[in-house]
Amino acid sequence: MDFFQLLSDVEKADPEFLDRINPRRTVFKHLGNTGKKITAAAVPAVLSSFFTKAYGQTSPALPQAVIDVLNLALSLEYLEYYFYDTALGISGLINSADRLAIEIIRNDEAGHINTLRGVLTTSAIADPGVGAFDYSGGSGTGNGPLAAALLPGAANQAAFYGAAQSFSDTGMRAYKGGAPVLNTAATKDILEAALNIHSVEARHNSHFRTVRRGLNAGINGSGAATALAVSPFDVAPKSWISLSDNDGPPAPNGTKPARAVYGPGSPATGDPKAPETFYPAENNVTQAGVNLTAAPLTYSAAQVSEAFDEPLDPATVKSIARMFVKPSSGLFV
Amino acid sequence: MLTDSTSYFSHFPFSFSMSTVSPPEPQLREAAQDQPLYTPIKRRSFFMYAGATAGATALVLAGCSKSDSSTGTIDVGSGDAGILNYAYALEQLEAAFYAQVKTGDYYKALGPTSAERQIFDDLAAHEAIHRDFLKAALQANSITPLKDLTPDFGTIDFANRSSVLTAAQTFEDTGVAAYNGAGRFLQSNANLALAGKIVSVEARHAALIRDLRNYNSFVGGDVVNLFTQTAGSAPGTGSASLPTGSGNPGPGQERSKRPPVVLQAVNNFLAEGSKLSAGSFA
Repeated sequence: MDFFQLLSDVEKADPEFLDRINPRRTVFKHLGNTGKKITAAAVPAVLSSFFTKAYGQTSPALPQAVIDVLNLALSLEYLEYYFYDTALGISGLINSADRLAIEIIRNDEAGHINTLRGVLTTSAIADPGVGAFDYSGGSGTGNGPLAAALLPGAANQAAFYGAAQSFSDTGMRAYKGGAPVLNTAATKDILEAALNIHSVEARHNSHFRTVRRGLNAGINGSGAATALAVSPFDVAPKSWISLSDNDGPPAPNGTKPARAVYGPGSPATGDPKAPETFYPAENNVTQAGVNLTAAPLTYSAAQVSEAFDEPLDPATVKSIARMFVKPSSGLFV
Repeated sequence: MLTDSTSYFSHFPFSFSMSTVSPPEPQLREAAQDQPLYTPIKRRSFFMYAGATAGATALVLAGCSKSDSSTGTIDVGSGDAGILNYAYALEQLEAAFYAQVKTGDYYKALGPTSAERQIFDDLAAHEAIHRDFLKAALQANSITPLKDLTPDFGTIDFANRSSVLTAAQTFEDTGVAAYNGAGRFLQSNANLALAGKIVSVEARHAALIRDLRNYNSFVGGDVVNLFTQTAGSAPGTGSASLPTGSGNPGPGQERSKRPPVVLQAVNNFLAEGSKLSAGSFA
């Protein structure tokens, strides 16, 4: 019997075969509790020794670069989690038509924290607690331009959703920048988990932008989905980033605290064949050396910029995030 | 209940130790052609089988044919080139879909300043840009691009808003799950970076289409493993909805899908002669 060929053929014939017979988690649960019994009793000898060997080993340490990427991501997840969780407790800030969405998003962030802590185990940062953050964007003064984002009343929704959009766009750019570090043979599962978090952040961001279009039209709830985006897209954005969204959401005082969220990282330019090593601004129109606005193509710069999101380097991500923590937190240093 | 947050990733030690006994992936793929022993069974699959011994034993009796079950399909190929062509195929299909939307009666009836017209104009442009970019990137890397595929949108009523939005959601959600599930097969960080730039835009599309169909469904239990935080507990403490069949993803994560699973769905929208397989990425 050619056991390997058999397994391969079965899976080729029915890609869902594995999941239907026994979901992976269950398998691992068994291994965790009674793995040796199962491997000894039920699996052919060649596989049994395999499992014993694998199971008997302690977990090798993650490379420091991987730990750094994941802890930065975890810090950003905490920043987002406590922001949404706090907002849900503030009187009149979240409209009843939007409450479900913010709860879903808060819970997704909690799921991401669960995932990241599960990967990092003892290497994970401690839960910083809500007290570590300064959501005014004042770097600990409590007096920054976004102080209204967590104040009571519907009038402050615009500040809240503007900040939410900025946080989740920053998180997305951070995951994008970190993904290549996770792309090693030993960390492919971690890479896939990070990608699966990254796209959920993108879904959140799309929704925040939809809510902001609604607010611009005086609408809360489902009508927001058919409210128009209005150029230059800083107040009533598309659900995707168009050029640099005119430097992002304005604060109530008219400043642009999110400017860097849509700007370039460091370095901003580099070898076109190595797009993982440089971090253009969101208005970038050249991918892998191909200028997608040049003939024979006929796309506008806005269209091309919208079709691609850009990564950001850890140092730039941290410099943005430091506006939203107290120095004593030790986060984003 | 998620009582032990580490349990979902308890397989990582296995990943590491597996790497000491299995050949590196590129060799795996090349060897797959002529050495049955190295037929690329993923780690994931491998452990699944271990827990499915009863089923596997029964299947031994079914025989050990090596016949190629993918007759009549175009295989996307192997390695980074295969994944790039796989992405190119998906973008071709999406671009063709939105191009057809714009000639259909639903779109044509939209007012000149309608938000939905604005949205579909953007979606059509984005997907056409993705398609053209991937073709250019393939050619720049001396990889032969997949042929121009012939779509089959016979099940979609382009005069009907609900039909168009439903199909759009299918394409966008599928695209996100496809990119997420393909990333691990990319050896080149350059290609991974490019895929990352595209996938979040697909997720933005998916979320908006879903909100258009059913507000606040931008993430849904059908595409994301939803998590419920326990009030008053540390963030990350709670219960996850991790249904059978979700495979790798943990709480709060999109449900990535491997190329063969994606193509099974995608082939429903491709004409005979354009249907695809991805034998190297099972």
